[in-house]
Amino acid sequence: MANKIIPIGPYHPLQEEPEFFRLHVDGEKVVDMDIELGYNHRVIEKISESKSYDQVTFLVERICGICSTSHPFAYTNAIDDLLGITVPERALYIRTVIGELERIHSHLLWLGLAGHFLGYNTVWMWAWRYREPILDIFERVSGNRNHYAMFKPGGIRRDMHEEDFPWIKKTLKDLIPKFDMFKGAVMDDPVIRARTEGIGVLTKEDIHDYSALGPTARASGVSIDVRKDEPYAAYDKVEWKVITHEGGGVFAKLLVRVLELYESADIIIQCLDKMPKGDIDCGIKDMPIGEGIGRHEAPRGEVFHYISSDGGNSPARHKIRAPSFMNIFSNKKAVIGETISDATIILAAVDPCYCCTERMAVVDYKSGKRIMDGQDLIRLSQEKTERMRK
Amino acid sequence: MLKYLFNFIIFPGFLFTAAVGLVASWIDRKVTARIQWRVGPPWYQPLADLVKLSIKEIMIPRDSYKPAFLISPLIGLSAVILASTFVWLPNLELAKTGFTGDIIVIIYLLTLPAIAIILGASASGNPLASLGVSREIKLILAYELPFIICLLVPIIKSNGLLRLGELVVYQRMNGSFISSPSGILAILVAIFCMQAKLGLVPFDVSEAETEIMAGTHIEYSGILLAVLKLTRFMMMVVVPVFLTTVFWGGFSVWKYVVLLVIIILMRNTNPRLRIDQAVRFFWGKMAAIAVIAVLLSVLGE
Repeated sequence: MANKIIPIGPYHPLQEEPEFFRLHVDGEKVVDMDIELGYNHRVIEKISESKSYDQVTFLVERICGICSTSHPFAYTNAIDDLLGITVPERALYIRTVIGELERIHSHLLWLGLAGHFLGYNTVWMWAWRYREPILDIFERVSGNRNHYAMFKPGGIRRDMHEEDFPWIKKTLKDLIPKFDMFKGAVMDDPVIRARTEGIGVLTKEDIHDYSALGPTARASGVSIDVRKDEPYAAYDKVEWKVITHEGGGVFAKLLVRVLELYESADIIIQCLDKMPKGDIDCGIKDMPIGEGIGRHEAPRGEVFHYISSDGGNSPARHKIRAPSFMNIFSNKKAVIGETISDATIILAAVDPCYCCTERMAVVDYKSGKRIMDGQDLIRLSQEKTERMRK
Repeated sequence: MLKYLFNFIIFPGFLFTAAVGLVASWIDRKVTARIQWRVGPPWYQPLADLVKLSIKEIMIPRDSYKPAFLISPLIGLSAVILASTFVWLPNLELAKTGFTGDIIVIIYLLTLPAIAIILGASASGNPLASLGVSREIKLILAYELPFIICLLVPIIKSNGLLRLGELVVYQRMNGSFISSPSGILAILVAIFCMQAKLGLVPFDVSEAETEIMAGTHIEYSGILLAVLKLTRFMMMVVVPVFLTTVFWGGFSVWKYVVLLVIIILMRNTNPRLRIDQAVRFFWGKMAAIAVIAVLLSVLGE
């Protein structure tokens, strides 16, 4: 009997963004899967070449709605690297606080979605309710709930006020019992365990083969975290540990994310305690010719930004790589052999973020055949970089 | 004859059960919303939904087998109306109504909505619906076994009464069955089976929204979908009332509310099970408990 095809996407209640997983199923069992991305190419890298360095910060903030600080974080790291400057200490601490607050809100958001995908809507609503205080903190600090616009090359745009710190700390400490509740729900609820444990398992080798990143890798026991491996901002000035789990399945990913909530809250509180007074911006005047690389551990894994400057007012080349671009393809390994019911939660377990990761594909519309794929595009991109360097 | 028609169409059959079902569905949505820190809909929302659906266009898939696709929601609805009439009447007029063996007929009638949706969904020709169908068939096979076993308990305890009205009278004279260990075990099993019959979390595998996009219901639209929803609302009345009648000495409002609360809590505190886990649950734990209950009832406990 020919295998039936179950489409997940391009429009599907599972995930709100356009993506297409074609599941080849035999009964309930998934025997093969095609992954198709590229429904939403937004030309961010090209636009970036026509904006000034300050404007690009706001542009990259709009790459993703959920982890909206990850891209500015990596971008400003890249600019700082290009210039070789030392950013004021206070700005580094504030960057760390914003980055970790975002991790809490992103992980809570994913936790809620995971509940929804499992048909557990109460978890969805509760997780999103406890994400609300984090958004309140953002609003108090930056004036915005979602796109905080706190970053600028060489520093930050807005200072944090010392008189807010006790309130922020209290809000975070009040959230700890809620984290305990979610941890208890994940660890002790037999039904959640039955649905998540041991499914979609990725081994360490799989992680290396697919170059998966972030919680996806850490849940398979690979201790990879830019914050620890190559510390930036204030991550080397506070005490924290990288959470890993050996399980490799959806349960391990759930657990890693829940435990990271505690670490993030801890980092924020330490940063608030240690934060020195002083400047928040080092006032960049000129951009020299050169290249810079910026990395940031986003909630989903490492974000990578490359900036090439020709001495002008805008980047000559701006290359962005989002973590989902690496993680989504590990689904192929994780989903095949599981059932359709499990496929949905496995596909969601890497916390995919398509708007960050969309890349272009050139398709001949008559035959439906792909003319260019990722490899060709990488080659084109390299050729162009070479041309610009001359 | 006229009286039967009245019983079937107005009270306590179609219109009355539908009205109660709408209210029950509203309570379900409202309580669920409050549990989830939401506000929830106004009381007329389920009715408004049905009215809205019934004035919408009906899309019939080109590849479908149209007669089966169109008729199956009506089969389900008429089965549940008939079941509701049979279940309500003994509670209202006691032993005078019904016939010997009506409890068996009700078991069949309560299975019919699921059979009807299997028929309609397989006729729709949609691959996701066919997945939903395969899950629904497995689920029926899973929950019917413990459901029928646990319904043996009241029959054994009443020395073989097969008439719903007589069961109620027997319980009024000798105390309801759930005051005995076997009765408690039996209603416990029956409550889980009820959740599966109603197609609610954790047993909503056949229409899992995030997996197979409403599965069996995927191709239905307009008034046909409204009929399916109405059937679901009415089932939410008929099955709990049936359980109170059989195990709990007859219907009363508070008993119904207790069962409704159990349904709502169960559906809000669990993720969806996989179909193999659901089958294992019913054929393993639930069937075992049901058999123990039957043994206890044979021993007179």
